[in-house]
Amino acid sequence: MSEQTINHEGQLRRVLAALRRDPLALTGSLVLVVLVVVGVGGSWLAPSGINEVNVDQMLQPPSWAHPFGTDELGRDVLSRVMVAARVSLQVGLVSVGIALVVGATLGLFAGYYRGWLDNVLMRCMDVLFAFPVLLLAVAIVAVLGPGLVTAMVAIGVVYTPIFARVTRAGVLSVREQVFVRAAVSVGASDLRIMRRHVLPNIAAPLIVQTSLSLAFAILSEAALSFLGLGVQPPDPAWGRMLFDGRGFVTDAWWLGFFPGAAIFLTVLAFNLVGDALRDVLDPRQLTVSEARRSTA
Amino acid sequence: MSERQRADDQLSAVGSADGTAHGGVPKQREPGEVVAELDDLAVWFPTPAGVVRAVDGVSLRVRRGETLGLVGESGSGKSTTGLALLRLVDPTSGTVRVGGEDVTRWSRRRLRALRRRVAMVFQDPQASLDPRLTIGASIAEPLIVHRLTDGGAARRRRVDELLDMVGLRGDLADRHPHELSGGQRQRVGIARALAGEPDLIVLDEPIASLDLSVQAQIMNLLRRLQRDLGLTYLFIAHDLAAVEHMSDRMAVMYLGRIVESGTPAQIWRDPAHPYTAALLSAVPVADPQAERERRRIILSGDIPSPVDPPGGCRFRTRCPQARPECAETDPVLAEIDPDHRAACLFAKEAVRAMRSA
Repeated sequence: MSEQTINHEGQLRRVLAALRRDPLALTGSLVLVVLVVVGVGGSWLAPSGINEVNVDQMLQPPSWAHPFGTDELGRDVLSRVMVAARVSLQVGLVSVGIALVVGATLGLFAGYYRGWLDNVLMRCMDVLFAFPVLLLAVAIVAVLGPGLVTAMVAIGVVYTPIFARVTRAGVLSVREQVFVRAAVSVGASDLRIMRRHVLPNIAAPLIVQTSLSLAFAILSEAALSFLGLGVQPPDPAWGRMLFDGRGFVTDAWWLGFFPGAAIFLTVLAFNLVGDALRDVLDPRQLTVSEARRSTA
Repeated sequence: MSERQRADDQLSAVGSADGTAHGGVPKQREPGEVVAELDDLAVWFPTPAGVVRAVDGVSLRVRRGETLGLVGESGSGKSTTGLALLRLVDPTSGTVRVGGEDVTRWSRRRLRALRRRVAMVFQDPQASLDPRLTIGASIAEPLIVHRLTDGGAARRRRVDELLDMVGLRGDLADRHPHELSGGQRQRVGIARALAGEPDLIVLDEPIASLDLSVQAQIMNLLRRLQRDLGLTYLFIAHDLAAVEHMSDRMAVMYLGRIVESGTPAQIWRDPAHPYTAALLSAVPVADPQAERERRRIILSGDIPSPVDPPGGCRFRTRCPQARPECAETDPVLAEIDPDHRAACLFAKEAVRAMRSA
């Protein structure tokens, strides 16, 4: 409907304007843009094939021919880092997508209906939440078997409780608003109220949580791959490359440095953008800036 | 001011064209038919401090085409009474009847259909409109929920028509609530209430949060809509003058009970309950001479806690004319004149004594 897009356009413009004003957020966004380009086109952009073994060229330090050097099999580290970006993005998006959809749905129902449903769902979330993130992910992968898909599922499950909690907290405050009562008073169904009135009004914290969780999901994937539970060789993944490079850390620092730097920059970028989004979208921050505007 | 609505009289033309808008057939039912009825309604809320008896034995009837005014202090239970008519609160005991049907124990699903027949306008128009929805989307909600229009174009036309009825320009449909003034927002709230062509509209302090000048505009709009569309109102307010201006009959609530009911003329001229008399004595008079002679009856103390209402007459703790009998007997609402009822053991007598005191 046209009335919806008008609202969202206004919101989008505000977000973009705020990102432009904040140099850190701008940097973060640029890194993300580069990351997405590399992630999508990595295999075409990479200077050489990821599994091009070249024994004469093994463990070469960074040079013009191999800016990130070569590994113990003579493979180009730059190319492998670039292609691995896709895996990281994929795992991040899919696992956070799972966590968002499942967590937000559970949180929505728990917060809207309260009562026993709320208790059962949120206690289950508490149980998941009580485990250290990585321990739980490792346990899930151990049950399902290592691999890209199971890593995504495991990370998705691990981050579900955060989304359930953020959603429920938002729902609890929104459902007490008069406009929700007004929607009940015209005969709207519960599902309609949740979809049309509650969800749009808690979108902001969910967007912020999504961008922050992407950072942690990518970090978790790196950790799983480092432990050999994620992407399986010979496919490149940053965590796996870090693991493989650890044996050469004294005489070939570039093996671990570049994948590590890629993880670092990606996580930092998602965090910077997430923080900036929080500043723009968080309702409390908004009222402060609105108050400032009205007194000015 | 940004009140951009049309001149008031333009609306009567809109109203007369509205016979078609309201389903093609002008409503012609015999006058006096009871649209909604509460019978000995009690609504109690459990709280950590104890059970709050928000409404504790209220009976009332709203007849088609009339305005029943409900006045009382905050905490008297008047808003809860209004919410009960839409079954937005669950009655503890008593019955709620709408159009002759007992809806007290209707399921959530059936209640959704009931809420087309009874609509509500809320006190704070800013809070009662979803900030994320456009004005048009808010007004269209009843149309969508009850499938009253076929397709987006028909819905859009109906929204335009409703905006016109409440004196707003059609292009406001694409705006968001924060772009409107308070008066305009309340007009939107009224348009939303009209959308389902309800038999009864509960107006819960519809003017209390508006500027004085806007209050008058909204009251005039409500009266004009009532005349043109044959609407029935339950008008809830704490402003006695507004209730008198709006209502055909009125009821005064105190601590979860109706203490006096009758026509505004009866109550205004000849209050029978000491509480009503005290309320009336607080209303300023426009005539300086009369204003100087006005005797105020000052009630001592606060309204008692609805967790633990006084035994006997609930008003006795603050009544200047309380007598020993008042602690013994809980007075019932008894007819003292035709259609004029008061719940006081010494109805009229106490008021006379207070006024000569």
